[in-house]
Amino acid sequence: MTGDERLLTVRDVHKRFPVRRGLFQRVTSHVRAVDGVSLDVHRGEIFGLAGESGSGKSTLARIVVGLDDASSGSIRFAGEDVAGIRRTTEFRRRVQMVFQNPGSSLNPRRSIEQSLAVPLRFLGVPPSEWMARIVGLLEMVELPAAFRVKYPYELSGGQKQRVAIARALAVQPQLIVLDEPTSALDVSVQAKIIELLVRLRNELRLSYLFISHDLSLMRNFTSRIGIMYLGRLCEVGFTNDVFSEPKHPYTQGLIAAVPVVSDEEAALKPKVERLHGEIPSPANVPSGCSFRTRCGLVYEGCEIEDPEFRRVGFEHDVRCRLFEDEARS
Amino acid sequence: MLPDAGAGPRGTDETVLAVDDLRVDFETFDGLAQVLNGVSMRVGQGQRVGLVGESGCGKSVTMRAIMGILAAPPARIAGRIVFEGRDLLTMARRPRTALKGSAMSMVFQDPMTSLNPVFRIGEQLTDIVRWADRRHGLRRGAPERKARILETLRQVRLPDPERIFEAYPIQLSGGMRQRVLIAMALLNRPRFLIADEPGTALDVTTQDEILRLLNDLVQQERLALLMITHNLGVVRETTDYTYVMYAGSIVEEGTTAEVFAAPAHPYTRALFACVPKLSGDRAYRGIEGTLPDYTDPPLGCRFHTRCQHATERCLERPPAFALGGDHRCSCWLSDPAGGQA
Amino acid sequence: MTSGPSPLAPPGELAAVDAVASSSRWRSWRRGWYRFRRNPAAVAGLVMVVAVVVVALAAPLLAPSPQSAGSFVDFAHRHEPPSWHHLLGTDNVGRDVLSRVFFGYRISLLLVVFVLGLSVPFGVTLGLLAGYFGGWLELLIMRVTDIFLAIPALVMALAITAALSPSLLNGMIAISLLWWNWHTRLIYTTVKSLRNEEYIEAARLAGASHAHILFRELLPNCVSVISVKVTLDAGFVILIGAGLSFLGLGAQPPTPDLGTMVAVGSNYLPEDWWESVMPGLAILFAILGFNLLGDGLRDLFDVEVS
Repeated sequence: MTGDERLLTVRDVHKRFPVRRGLFQRVTSHVRAVDGVSLDVHRGEIFGLAGESGSGKSTLARIVVGLDDASSGSIRFAGEDVAGIRRTTEFRRRVQMVFQNPGSSLNPRRSIEQSLAVPLRFLGVPPSEWMARIVGLLEMVELPAAFRVKYPYELSGGQKQRVAIARALAVQPQLIVLDEPTSALDVSVQAKIIELLVRLRNELRLSYLFISHDLSLMRNFTSRIGIMYLGRLCEVGFTNDVFSEPKHPYTQGLIAAVPVVSDEEAALKPKVERLHGEIPSPANVPSGCSFRTRCGLVYEGCEIEDPEFRRVGFEHDVRCRLFEDEARS
Repeated sequence: MLPDAGAGPRGTDETVLAVDDLRVDFETFDGLAQVLNGVSMRVGQGQRVGLVGESGCGKSVTMRAIMGILAAPPARIAGRIVFEGRDLLTMARRPRTALKGSAMSMVFQDPMTSLNPVFRIGEQLTDIVRWADRRHGLRRGAPERKARILETLRQVRLPDPERIFEAYPIQLSGGMRQRVLIAMALLNRPRFLIADEPGTALDVTTQDEILRLLNDLVQQERLALLMITHNLGVVRETTDYTYVMYAGSIVEEGTTAEVFAAPAHPYTRALFACVPKLSGDRAYRGIEGTLPDYTDPPLGCRFHTRCQHATERCLERPPAFALGGDHRCSCWLSDPAGGQA
Repeated sequence: MTSGPSPLAPPGELAAVDAVASSSRWRSWRRGWYRFRRNPAAVAGLVMVVAVVVVALAAPLLAPSPQSAGSFVDFAHRHEPPSWHHLLGTDNVGRDVLSRVFFGYRISLLLVVFVLGLSVPFGVTLGLLAGYFGGWLELLIMRVTDIFLAIPALVMALAITAALSPSLLNGMIAISLLWWNWHTRLIYTTVKSLRNEEYIEAARLAGASHAHILFRELLPNCVSVISVKVTLDAGFVILIGAGLSFLGLGAQPPTPDLGTMVAVGSNYLPEDWWESVMPGLAILFAILGFNLLGDGLRDLFDVEVS
């Protein structure tokens, strides 16, 4: 399933936001929302991006999709460079996004039909075909065709999210970026949406970049996963590997903090001390290794040296000094 | 046929709050919404009780009815809510109001929006103490009040309480604000605390800390805690006793260990099946159908329209069958006498 | 494994479900109406506005003495107090005040339609552009708007009509020139708050053109704000128009403009009080009606109008 073809290639992407102070709005410092991220998404793969607030995962998602520009770095899709905010129609056809909040991702004043017609119109699909395509899209997300005349307020959260997925599918994309698509939904509704996403992935040969803070969900849904902290990836690898043998202290702490529903699962958690402290602000990233302020394994030198990624297993990379020292010795 | 109002957690020293056959209807444009359909629960001193259910199941309505913040029309409340031996629903207004925020207190859900952004933390907390003092006829000077506030801020493990006192909410992180909300609830030495989805607005690592703090506080202060949540994992890790709610009815109850070890009600089991597991076995599936329309609820068991095991018998509301220990389930399948497969 | 509701419904069923869907929308309109109905002031406002509009439109049919609207004179019946024959009395040349008031409403409504019809589309468009594009366009538009907002409306209107010759048309032009800026500011702030909504971003992702986003995505979300403001504006426009005419800078006699009537009638106070008080009350009635209705709409839509 994970073919060799690299659909999305992100290399060393940075995104800085200037912080302005004072009467004259002078730039005093920068918020490093995304601080040098590189990753690949292969065709047919579901790549998960996990992290907490301030991790930069949503910012990265927006950059990938073209809503924002990176400050530096490159993004290639199927080999072609797509930096620059004037994304072409071609790119739009290939990468789409599903947003987090079903309540606000549909225009409350437009019917479902009208909302679904927007991507069709701007793709140059002739109006005579819209009805058929819309009905087809609704069918694909398991909604009755009659929903097309409804307005968002008449739909439940799960139904709205299905419409959002249908909208993303309208252009027949190859990659869909999903930013916390089920966080606002009940767990029973979430399960159905995930079922739908899996089915669509299989039927339409889609690839997903799936952003979430819910690690249990990631465990089941993604094939590869990247853990982000303060704008950087700290661990990347196949989901099975990362969960069965988490290497980075942050990853371990995150998994340990997940509330589980059974003793079997609890036994699977890494036996580590819980993370203390809170996430520092991205405007004030700690020097050296940015995780050091909360790390239980911090030692001398962590405040100076900023570790690089090291390979610790089959396509399993970790950014932590513990592994750098190992590599050196 | 009323369900058996369970005797609640056994071996409790003292039942602080007992809800008996609580029924709440709302007058709406579309008719009478019969939301709570006879809810009974018990919270004892020093106990942590979880009320778990999905959105729309009626847990917020239950919470508000207990705290006395349901607007009486359009709501119609029947049943009994007994706090330390007194029925809150028949209590006069004055004593009822005196309880709010003091003996009975609440930790709100969203730390981002529950604090007034234009006032300092100290000011907001002082107001709470002052109002309670007034209601109880206590006279305290400003230094005394501040001392109490600082003491409470320390109790919730906030570093540098003096600074927090002077700070504005926006200067604090989400985790710190949540601790302030907990402090707000503790200021007047409550005996009963409701925590409304504590930590859901926070990162999972911060939420973890907050839940452990709540645990410790319950032990220290011998509080009776009612935790409202939709997250089964949180329930498992932070409660002693669990009530599962669906469409305004308690469908299953028991000690947390009992319910999690052997969930009996089809809804509970379906809910467990929906939760993604850390073991990665991908066995999750959703639940068919949607919540019933409260203005036209199903007869009998309200879950039967979505239940795979529904039979004609379900048109009659099942009582709570005892399953051993404190474990009870409101489903005909659990009827020891019945021949349900 | 599990499957959702049946995907594609046959056409007959489609029609039936469409009917249900549109009936549920009708139900939400009805629900809105019932909410509106519960507000007695709003209903009163609606009744008053409807009365004014009906009277204005049907003036030639409803007025007991249509000729009173023109240069008709009847010196035999000058300065007659209100009676069954002339419900609001007669004026200094014997014309029926009631009929003149009816025709006066025509002018008031003409003013409202002209002024708002010009200034609202213009102001709203500028507000959309400023709020959506930001940058130098925002700067330019909003600073110009601020300048206009800083000038008191009536003073400006006086200056303009005094510079041109006083007439109804010039009065309307003057007021229009001052009206658009309020709408620009209002829509500007509304759009700024809506600009980052996810559905707008989704439209951008779908490749929507700016025009589409402005007029098909943002504008429909401004409609409730605009309707409330327009209703409240109607009252103010009438007031300012009457003020201008009162000062002699709007419609000239014998045009039955309400403000002019108040001015002319004021010469005969206090004995023949009805000649200025009645047109004044008519102005009050219209403005009050629009204000109450506007307030009611605002409560209904739960909208902020600064």
